Amino acid sequence: MIEFHLDGRSGVSPYLQLIQQVRQALRLGLLIQGDQLPTVKDVVGRLAINPNTVLKAYRELEYEGLVGARPGVGTFVTRTLADESLAAHGELRTELERWLGKARRAGLEEESIEALILTTFRATMKETI
Amino acid sequence: MTVVLESRALSKRYGRRRGLTDCTLSVPAGRVAGLVGPNGAGKTTLLHLAVGLLEPTSGTIDVLGARPAASPEQLARIGFVAQDTPTYAGLTVADHLKLGARMNPGWDVGLARSRIGAIGLDPRQRAGKLSGGQRAQLALTLAIAKRPEFLLLDEPVSSLDPLARREFLQGLMEAVAEQGLSVLISSHLVADLERVCDYLIVLIDSRVQLSGDVDDLLVSHRLLTGPRCDLAALPADWQVVSASHTDRQSTLLIRTADPVHDPAWTVEEISMEDLVLAYMSKAAIAPDRNRTMEVQR
Repeated sequence: MIEFHLDGRSGVSPYLQLIQQVRQALRLGLLIQGDQLPTVKDVVGRLAINPNTVLKAYRELEYEGLVGARPGVGTFVTRTLADESLAAHGELRTELERWLGKARRAGLEEESIEALILTTFRATMKETI
Repeated sequence: MTVVLESRALSKRYGRRRGLTDCTLSVPAGRVAGLVGPNGAGKTTLLHLAVGLLEPTSGTIDVLGARPAASPEQLARIGFVAQDTPTYAGLTVADHLKLGARMNPGWDVGLARSRIGAIGLDPRQRAGKLSGGQRAQLALTLAIAKRPEFLLLDEPVSSLDPLARREFLQGLMEAVAEQGLSVLISSHLVADLERVCDYLIVLIDSRVQLSGDVDDLLVSHRLLTGPRCDLAALPADWQVVSASHTDRQSTLLIRTADPVHDPAWTVEEISMEDLVLAYMSKAAIAPDRNRTMEVQR
């Protein structure tokens, strides 16, 4: 079971934030086929948002074929987004941690590290396109 | 589409002062409708007219298909939490529940008890000794355990601290999810309602300035910035809500059913709070203009 959270300053609507968090959890393997999503009542009781927002997000995920609603029981994951690449995550993470350590030793502050990662990421994305 | 509240040309005057003017509304069922506007705009007047505490000066209002407070049966289907979530200071929490059970035919004993437990209220505590947040939760419990179809709340969170505010709205949204009740909740702070309501009514200076489904309203309003323009030259179906100009640039808030394709404009979406504020400032300018016109005549 995952727990939703909302970022009030992100400018992204709560409805989209819920969808993104489910997709993210599916991609990272935190949610797998057969897992249940929190009930609408649980979500609104936690986040103090309109129940229709949650229903709308779940309907969208259902439309995408990621989850299925079992009436009276709940909403369940029907497909996963994590593929074979998930196996490579561990090694990539270790390498990234090593690199972060190196950046810190070189005297970079958090903001500089973040900026460097983001600009490099964007630049290489442009190249591949 | 079923409707929980329908009013036609509804007006209320207090002597010479206008409480509500020419209010025509239709609030659909199964929604959480937010009633927003500055203090003194007429929110409480509208809510009191809806629950039958006030009689209209002119026009009509129907709630759940009948005149407000038309019969005990109709009153049983409606819940109302008045401003400042009043309770009886001298009575204990348990007394309040007993009172609720005696006075309401559809009273849900189990629901009332489990909610009091969940909030962590001591049944022997007197309401006068409760914190503002706890008192608000007690008032909400009484209104929900009545099992109404339509719940109206007058500024229930305005006087609460941020944590109590959130806990109150959590409880309210849980009840909406569980019981499928329709809600009309007022606040002078849009931010309080931004996440909870899916229908919006903006009331300013005793008049309804805007009402509708929140998603529809947000889609149909666009914030445009571009080279300075002449308002008269804009497309006819653009309804300009606000406009400001520098010598080179114009910033417009428009309402239109169609997407804006003209590349001269940078098009941005607008948040609910900004939308309401735009209508508020529009209303603040308009009366002055009317006044100068009267003087000129």
